[in-house]
Amino acid sequence: MAEHAAGPVVRLSGLSHVYGGLNALDGVALELSAGRLTGLIGPDGVGKSTLLGIIAGVRQIQSGRVEVLGHDLRQCRERDAVIERIAYMPQGLGRNLYPSLSVRENLDFFGRLFGQNRATRAERIAELTAATGLAPFTERPAMHLSGGMKQKLGLCCALIHDPELLILDEPTTGVDPLSRLRFWELMERLRRRRPDLSILASTAYMEEAERFDTLVAMDAGRVLAAGTVTELCARTGERDMESVFVALLPEERRGGHRRLVVPPRTQGGDGPLAIRAEGLTRRFGDFTAVERVSFSIHKGEIFGFLGSNGSGKTTTMRMLTGLLPATEGEAWVFDRPVDAEDTALRRRLGFMSQSFSLYGELSVRQNLDLHARLYRLPAKDIPARIAELAERFDLARVIDARAEALPLGVRQRLSLAVAVIHAPELLILDEPTSGVDPIARDGFWEQLLMLSRDQGVTIFISTHFMNEAERCDRLSLMHAGRVLAEGTPADIKSRQGAATLEDAFIAYMEQGAADAGEKTVADREAVRDPALPPLHPRSRSTGFSLRRLWAYARREGAEIRRDPIRLAFALLGPVIMMIAMGYGISFDVDEIAYAVLDHDRTPASRDYLEHFAGSTWFSEQAPLADAEQMWRRLASGRLAVAIEIPPGFGRALTGGSGSEVGFMIDGAVPFRSDSIGGYVEGVHRGYLEARGADPSAGPSASPVRVETRFRYNQDFKSVYAMVPGILMLLLIMIPATMTAVGVVREKELGSITNLYATPTKGGEFLLGKQLPYVGLALLSYLMLLLMALFLFRVPLAGSLLGLTLGAVLFVFASTGLGLLMSTFMRTQIAAVFGTAIVSSMPTILFSGMLVPVSALTGPARIMGYGFPSAWFNHVSVGSFTKGLTVGDLWLDYLVLAAFGLAFFLLGLVLLRTRER
Amino acid sequence: MRLANVYRLGLKELFSLRYDPVLVFLIIYSFTFAIIAPSRGVKLQLEHASVAVVDEDRSQLSMRLTETLLPPYFQAPEQIDVGEIDAAMDAGRYTFVIDIPPRLQADASQGRRPAVQVIVDATAMAMAGAGVRYLERVLVEEPLLYLRGDQAESPPAVGSVIRLAFNPNSESIWFMSVMQIVNMVTLLGIVLTGAALIREREHGTIEHLLVMPLTAAEIMLAKVWANGLVILIAATFAMVVVVQGLLGVPNAGSLGLFVLGLGVYLFSITALGILLATLARTMPQFGLLSIPVFLVMYMLSGANTPLDAMPELLQRVMLVSPTTHFVAFIQSVVFRGAGLDLVWPHLAATLGLGAIAFAVALARFRQTVSLSRL
Repeated sequence: MAEHAAGPVVRLSGLSHVYGGLNALDGVALELSAGRLTGLIGPDGVGKSTLLGIIAGVRQIQSGRVEVLGHDLRQCRERDAVIERIAYMPQGLGRNLYPSLSVRENLDFFGRLFGQNRATRAERIAELTAATGLAPFTERPAMHLSGGMKQKLGLCCALIHDPELLILDEPTTGVDPLSRLRFWELMERLRRRRPDLSILASTAYMEEAERFDTLVAMDAGRVLAAGTVTELCARTGERDMESVFVALLPEERRGGHRRLVVPPRTQGGDGPLAIRAEGLTRRFGDFTAVERVSFSIHKGEIFGFLGSNGSGKTTTMRMLTGLLPATEGEAWVFDRPVDAEDTALRRRLGFMSQSFSLYGELSVRQNLDLHARLYRLPAKDIPARIAELAERFDLARVIDARAEALPLGVRQRLSLAVAVIHAPELLILDEPTSGVDPIARDGFWEQLLMLSRDQGVTIFISTHFMNEAERCDRLSLMHAGRVLAEGTPADIKSRQGAATLEDAFIAYMEQGAADAGEKTVADREAVRDPALPPLHPRSRSTGFSLRRLWAYARREGAEIRRDPIRLAFALLGPVIMMIAMGYGISFDVDEIAYAVLDHDRTPASRDYLEHFAGSTWFSEQAPLADAEQMWRRLASGRLAVAIEIPPGFGRALTGGSGSEVGFMIDGAVPFRSDSIGGYVEGVHRGYLEARGADPSAGPSASPVRVETRFRYNQDFKSVYAMVPGILMLLLIMIPATMTAVGVVREKELGSITNLYATPTKGGEFLLGKQLPYVGLALLSYLMLLLMALFLFRVPLAGSLLGLTLGAVLFVFASTGLGLLMSTFMRTQIAAVFGTAIVSSMPTILFSGMLVPVSALTGPARIMGYGFPSAWFNHVSVGSFTKGLTVGDLWLDYLVLAAFGLAFFLLGLVLLRTRER
Repeated sequence: MRLANVYRLGLKELFSLRYDPVLVFLIIYSFTFAIIAPSRGVKLQLEHASVAVVDEDRSQLSMRLTETLLPPYFQAPEQIDVGEIDAAMDAGRYTFVIDIPPRLQADASQGRRPAVQVIVDATAMAMAGAGVRYLERVLVEEPLLYLRGDQAESPPAVGSVIRLAFNPNSESIWFMSVMQIVNMVTLLGIVLTGAALIREREHGTIEHLLVMPLTAAEIMLAKVWANGLVILIAATFAMVVVVQGLLGVPNAGSLGLFVLGLGVYLFSITALGILLATLARTMPQFGLLSIPVFLVMYMLSGANTPLDAMPELLQRVMLVSPTTHFVAFIQSVVFRGAGLDLVWPHLAATLGLGAIAFAVALARFRQTVSLSRL
């Protein structure tokens, strides 16, 4: 490590990256020296995240040279060697954390990924949580942490392996000012402790730029300038970073940017009310998201909700829109109580939610058009309205582009355009500018001011940007579900005697915390205690690591345990299905519904029919009047067979002249009509035999006897054959469905980054994820086995060991199949649905459960043998009924193991260990 | 409620579907290959059964007995030794083994009534019963004909004529192909619609719709018609082109009635998909909820094994499943050529159950939005 300390930690040249047809990076060349805090600033969508991802080794390099800590990242082996010396914290608060896991479990997981032993992990967790003030909350699930705490936890996870290069992608976005302040203090202490630590961070807050040693300004995939703050100020002749950045931009990008001036409200403060909230409270279980929030907003006002992520802003707004019922309290919009069913009220309201919630697959025009129509604008006015909005929100150039392909700033403009398409009187905007660069934010606010001042629209906006809060007419400071203060920005500042709104907010927060006597106490202690963990020797493990595999298995297992609903479905579902199908799937034909068309009506015919009525297989229905009625009743499916006695039946019987009884069987269900034919024939012969009317028909007359031996199932009862088959069915369908979302869900939610950014190998990841599901499936196997033995009383003729060995191999294959599907499917739907389709057909129809595999033909037979179900069906049925033991089943074991291995290897090939 | 909104939102739904090539591929697969392969390959009755003969007699009579094992009922019989029986049956290679004892012909001609053994793998439920009935008949009749010189027997006083209505040759391809359509419609209807709702919730778009002047009923109906229409078109295509055209299965009833019934069923099943989606919070939960529901509804609907073989109680329970009614409907219409006058009760039940599912889903719809919080 010492040998790199002098040289640059990062050296890039000619780095280009094309993403979705756009040049995310365009020939970037950069050198960063060690031990410095480097800031990456620039608008959204200029390639900052891509650049950080490439340096962290989580993204593939398309073209150019990337050298990090003296290693060429293009070489897989070099990347593997260096990756554990780098730490990466992706954008989005806690996006790579596991929400249902506690603080300790999250940290423990990361520690294991970096090969730390128990003692080291315990020590590091204790040190890091003490240093960041998380120590009192180690058992709290990550999803119940506030934004600031999530950010600290993310940082702790990044620091657990004591990296030499720390890469932070917008670490402070969406965090309350106090937490932000603490964060930078923490960074300072970290650097004092570890002077050789290099930190590279991007930020959306220009006012933070001054904290960096070096700044790198980026725009449109290129580096505009790099240097210290003083250097950059000198170069541009500007004094604050925001202006410096604007000055650095090429002329055409500046787009006539000017300082935003907020015109005063023309109308005085106390107009009629647009929104009134009184004592709004919302609880989720025992967690109180919003507690007794009251405020009122006047018509035409811009009312700001200032607070960090998770402070309750979103929940409050959702209650006001009627999306979420309030647990307590009440709210009125335009003097009408908020009512989820009041569509008239909703027409006067425009809403823009925190995340982009339009349809990404639709174009800009289609999105506008859809909403215009849903808001019932007259059809003839729609094109003009779309053109007007496209003009005003600068969307004309991208009008036919798909919304999801647009940069975030443009999407936000589109969302606003959609929110105002019906000219609402009230706009509720939930963090509309989160993640948007300063220039785009100013443009956005210009629109808002126009709406407010020119059109008198009431605007209720939430934000965590102080400079935006300054522009509001009135503000409400929210923290931890409660309103700390309310008033005009000037009022709030003067009440705390603070110079800036940020200082005022911090002062309020410290007060509030002091009143509640929690959290910040720990924070303060952390400030007093500058001890941060010293460098530990790390265990370098680049090969396959069982410890990492176990880390994934443990984590996945913990996540399943925390999701009682999923656990219940996984364990009780099969039990219920076993009961339903075990009793339900039966080939035993009885109670055959028959009706008689008796043309004879003699005692002889009645005697004959008595034989049918007396049989347990048959169940008599109302007699038939004529042939037409027979057809009708057969066609309706209520009749399985119609018996037609010809005229002269009685005479024929006694006189011996030929007469024929007609049986018309419903042939719609072929195997059933076959069986019915057999039973009908049996009763008919039985009758003749009993009467001695047909000497040739009785078996006694034949020179040969037939002895039938029902093997394996002497009583020939469906349940003996079906229960082992259903066991097979349940051991593939449920486990495969469970694992099918395994990988694709991590992709959608973002925690897949941990696979990219840590030394984890694909095999460790896949096997680790698979193990808990194998365990769960085996638990399910045990329950189903007990049911088979004691509820359905199917005796196990073969060996328990033989069956269990097969079951273990089979669930490895079935969970492996789900994971395989998950590695290449793009969405969770496709993965669930695809797995169901791929596995259900060979399992139900081609496995031997309903029809012997030996009787299948064509692709059905190939698919039968080409899928694990048929092989385990043989193990299951063989073990239960045929008395087969381990020695008889070796081929099945071999094939099942081969399936498991093949699914695993294929998954490994298809799994990406780096982002594209 | 405004139909224009339902129409607009439905169009959007269709657009989203078109945009996911994997789903489009899966739908096409479901209505082509997934229908053809089982229809051609799977026989639910005695057809293409595997059989072996242990001929310890090697006489003319034993040859004639072997020759009674004819297609389409049996595959060409294989000759094996007595010692191979156990292993072969354990491995599931043969469903039937016929053991002809030594001196069969001689004993039979001398009136000693020797016994031919039929050994059946009784775990092959559907096939074993029918096979035994067939074998017990031919293996008794054949020696009679042989030893009496193939003369026509004097007929019994009263004969029996068994005819099969609606499917005279008992072709299982008719049954399998149409039931596979039902299978695929059920799976797609539940999963596609329910997952579309979960996805909207996970992406936050549903919130956006709910703050607009739209009702939950409009949003749900849009999903019902859009997803339903796609499946309706695909299934009708499968019926006309794949089943009737390619597989040569006749449709005894009217195609119009088939489409009408399918439409009603799709309403019912997509409503159920939405209902399940309002019960699950996440996609993994939805998967674990919908797949078992599908399996039970399908396996116990009468599309695989007959309904009346089930215990009485279970039969009644299964009446709450629209699939049970739709299977009865489609069997009557397609195979038996029944008209609306006969099948309307099934149709009404399907519709009624769908309406109940829709109503419950509607009542739960707004709550589910608060479930999405995480």
